[in-house]
Amino acid sequence: MRRPRTALLALTLVAVIPGAFVGTQPVTAATAAPTGSITVSAAASLTDVFPVIAAAFQKRFPGTTVSFNFGGSSAIVEQVNAGAPVDVLATASEPTMWKAANAGHTGRPLLFAKNTMAIAMPAGNPAGITGLADLSRSDVLTAVCAVAVPCGTAARDLFATNGISVRPVTFELDVRGVLGKVMADEVDAGIVYVTDVRSAGSAVTSVAIPADRNVTTTYPIATVTDGRNPVTARAFVAYVRYSRSAQGILRAYGFAKPW
Amino acid sequence: MSSRRISPRPAFLMVPGIIALAFLVLPLLALLWQAPWGDITSIVSSPLALDALRLSLVTSLTATAFATVVGVPLAWLLAREVLPATRLVRALVIVPLLLPPVVSGVMLLSAFGRRGFVGQYLYSAFGIQLPFTTAGVVLAEAFVAMPFLIITLEGAFRSLDRRYEDAAITLGASSWTVFRRVTVPLIAPSLLAGAVLCWARALGEFGATITFAGNLPGVTQTMPLAVYSALESDRSAAIALSVLLLGVCVAVLVALRGYYLKGASA
Repeated sequence: MRRPRTALLALTLVAVIPGAFVGTQPVTAATAAPTGSITVSAAASLTDVFPVIAAAFQKRFPGTTVSFNFGGSSAIVEQVNAGAPVDVLATASEPTMWKAANAGHTGRPLLFAKNTMAIAMPAGNPAGITGLADLSRSDVLTAVCAVAVPCGTAARDLFATNGISVRPVTFELDVRGVLGKVMADEVDAGIVYVTDVRSAGSAVTSVAIPADRNVTTTYPIATVTDGRNPVTARAFVAYVRYSRSAQGILRAYGFAKPW
Repeated sequence: MSSRRISPRPAFLMVPGIIALAFLVLPLLALLWQAPWGDITSIVSSPLALDALRLSLVTSLTATAFATVVGVPLAWLLAREVLPATRLVRALVIVPLLLPPVVSGVMLLSAFGRRGFVGQYLYSAFGIQLPFTTAGVVLAEAFVAMPFLIITLEGAFRSLDRRYEDAAITLGASSWTVFRRVTVPLIAPSLLAGAVLCWARALGEFGATITFAGNLPGVTQTMPLAVYSALESDRSAAIALSVLLLGVCVAVLVALRGYYLKGASA
């Protein structure tokens, strides 16, 4: 299954060209003006940043309303594939998005953000964790995501890349589940995205993972084929990918550029 | 006498009644219709599925046993109104039944988590941590399911003809003997009905379990959690596991149908 990946790569390259003019009008010229409401199904790691982008979008296009359905990427993809009434889909990895795109349930995905992993610990770091290697200690309770969701795939790859063996105490169904267990101080460490550490503020501490030993994931966004408001859905997808304000908000929340 | 009776099948009851029946049965048939019958044996006999099934049976039966041992006495105390503020106590008992199970999970964390009200002492004194353990699953299931047993049994104790107990006392039996030899046999059908209800609720528990005990195959991943986890990656596996769980429930109901129906109509 190399084809979709190549297609996405080509898309990204094409996307770089309008990307040079970020801030100019999204490429929805000549269509009807966006209006009315849309529902966006988005990865759990976008829980904090997407409402801020939606507020900017609604300001830019008065008369639009954006509501959200956040969840694990594979769960929201399953929902779309089962016909959930959703207009836009944004996942935390390309493979999860392709499950919907290949089935013909979405338009062409655009990559709009990149994220990397971090170790989150409860405030005060009760287990004294200083790096990834500590997670293989038998007295350290570690939470990760289930491998079906992107944060779980990333955690698995992270342990493999660094050659450590970790026995997690729980496989959460989305990254917010991991963050929640860390914030509740029920586990000593959790593998989350750097953006989750940032949004959790002082409730968690964290250890950075050196870039050359870390794992990254890229976020695609696409319109849903059977969405009820395709005009506004297209405008939102273009806004997230191309507008200077949406990309600025993503940077402010710790997301990197995927291109 | 015979001419003035309600017609046996009035339309105003038949129509909504049939709608209710269709509403309850349709999803069940749809599940069976979608089930991957070709692969079902291999999915259902996979180590993951067997672990989840074993864990579900062990935890739900343990939770039911615990609920019976402490819940039946509480039901009796409530029925005889011997506790102060019986109405308030009854309301408190019913709370977990009304709450969303996730909220029950949050409450259990506040009480028995590593930093919880009681949990912090369990942890510092004995090194016991209930979250992420099988014992934690039992706790979550018992918390959510016990109210079903208690309200069923309280009703049974209330409607009991107390003259049998009085007669036994008059004949010189001790309170313990009367309870064991007279009261419990009289409410046996309700006890079974309450225990089955409690067990079924424990078997289906999801929200409190994942919140309080996490999701680890072989340790805390019960059938409902396995179904939900499978749904994230493999829909047909999720359906196969659902069919397995459905089969277990049907088998138990069929095995107990005589007692259960008697208890339900008592």
